[in-house]
Amino acid sequence: MKFLRDILDKVKPNFEKDGKLHFLHSTFDAIETFMFVPNHTTKRGAHIRDGIDLKRTMFIVIIALVPCLLFGMWNVGALHYAAQNIDSTLLENMLYGAMKVVPIIVVSYLTGLGIEFAFCQVNGHPVNEGFLVSGMLIPLIVPADIPLWMVIVATAFAVIIGKEVFGGTGMNILNPALTARVFLYIAYPVEMAGEIWVSGIKEGLVDAASGATALGVLGGKDLEAASNYSVNVMDAFMGFIPGSIGETSVLMCLIGAAILIVTGIGSWRIMLATVIGALGMGLILNAVGGNPYYDLPAYQHLLIGGFAFGAVFMATDPVSAAHTTTGKWIYGILIGVLTVLIRVFNPAYPEGIMFAILFMNVMAPLVDNYVVKANIKRRLNRVKA
Amino acid sequence: MSTETQAVEAEVKEREPLFSKKNRKLISNPLDADNPITVQVLGVCSALAVTVKLIPTLYMCISVLFVLIFSNVAISLLRNVIPGRIRIIVQLLVVASLVAVVDQVLQAFAYDVSKQLSVFVGLIITNCIIMGRLEAFALANKPGPAFLDAVGNGLGYAVILIPVAFFRELFGSGSLFGFNILGENYPGNGVMMSPVGACIVLGLLIWFQRSRNGYTEEA
Repeated sequence: MKFLRDILDKVKPNFEKDGKLHFLHSTFDAIETFMFVPNHTTKRGAHIRDGIDLKRTMFIVIIALVPCLLFGMWNVGALHYAAQNIDSTLLENMLYGAMKVVPIIVVSYLTGLGIEFAFCQVNGHPVNEGFLVSGMLIPLIVPADIPLWMVIVATAFAVIIGKEVFGGTGMNILNPALTARVFLYIAYPVEMAGEIWVSGIKEGLVDAASGATALGVLGGKDLEAASNYSVNVMDAFMGFIPGSIGETSVLMCLIGAAILIVTGIGSWRIMLATVIGALGMGLILNAVGGNPYYDLPAYQHLLIGGFAFGAVFMATDPVSAAHTTTGKWIYGILIGVLTVLIRVFNPAYPEGIMFAILFMNVMAPLVDNYVVKANIKRRLNRVKA
Repeated sequence: MSTETQAVEAEVKEREPLFSKKNRKLISNPLDADNPITVQVLGVCSALAVTVKLIPTLYMCISVLFVLIFSNVAISLLRNVIPGRIRIIVQLLVVASLVAVVDQVLQAFAYDVSKQLSVFVGLIITNCIIMGRLEAFALANKPGPAFLDAVGNGLGYAVILIPVAFFRELFGSGSLFGFNILGENYPGNGVMMSPVGACIVLGLLIWFQRSRNGYTEEA
């Protein structure tokens, strides 16, 4: 450590004001604060400083994502071998999954951080930790067989169009990771739909029919298949089903949710409200009845697709979610309702949670605005009375 | 001596040459500082709708230029006889007849393009750039400047549409003017093929333009 500190101290003068490499000072600062505790102090006046800064917040989210990531890797391998009727050990599954998943993570971080560093450099801003979580979320919501160049294009799009044009971390309207996902979904519809959810289908190793997801079957055109289909509740809860890398296991998402709630980083109100919204809409559809998708028991909507992952990690993004307490309830409930509505009524888009969250991201400032106005009105009335 | 110069000046005031400095501005301003699409934000709907491929975009730009020039000059010639209360109807009549001509010509000589552009040729009638120029310029100016103004704004329209179509065709379908550029295996890009892509490219162009000339919207 001393050795690192010495190197940094030696080159530091070059990056300070009037140093010849001053124009690269954001990059230097980023590297220094990444390795050592920054000794930034407040210059004047009394300020309260909390131990929870942006960096710690981001790291706790990353820790909450680890169960999903590890399980996702295992699941990629397990599904791959199971589809070929090969018995595999835990280690083999993990190895195969890691071979698929680690490159996606590396590429996502390299692209995103590269663009963030470049923008901070040009704008003279300090590099912040905004991409740490997005860079981990993006690999978890794509299929394991995705070509790496698509990860690059989608990440670049999400960081530039989704975040930097609005002013960088903390200014974005949309959740960057979901922006990347929706970009992939709309830009490459052929590669992002159909029989892609079990790794190895492209190489012809795997029987294609085995890779269908619950959403695909239920939302598909084949009504008979849909009515004969029943969700295996235990598998869906544990996550032994095909899907994007990190989103299949509801259990792992719940562990992540527990970490986020205990540390106070994720809003339990949003998570609970999303679940209530989805359950409520599911029950209404059950009461109406009509086709197999309407009749799907409401609680199963929470288990299939990316619902759990979206509700825990995406909807609670503190930047793009609603900020007022009442607003959080409205925001969450509407996400749940819209998710089920899009799933059931729009067969063109099998997964509803992604569109529901993005739509409510856009609506969140409006929700907050009306909540604040209602509050002002109520208090004014109290003064008058 | 002094009387002579005064006479010359008077003559200049009466008969301003067509390409005076002020009139040259009529052409150059709409290309950048007062662009009809990126600054005035007019005619955006057609910019989103017709820019999937370069060739139809070129035809569209030429059609708009043609309609804009002839309607601007015609309205400028008629400016003293049009009663103010029905001027919009007269303008529409002139524009609609010109658009009908363009539509028929396209159907006769470029049927494929005409089919690709479909309703958007007819919708030139409602293009805000044309109505805007007629109202803002042709009704108050002589035919000469009106002609230059029309050329400037028509080119200002093209100067934005063609880059948008360039990027959309290149990244959307991997080709330019219908010729494959990025190879047979290029998978295409659905975002660029949809109007969303045009909106994003247009936004990036505006970003580029404003960071270059420092234009800001006054609050």
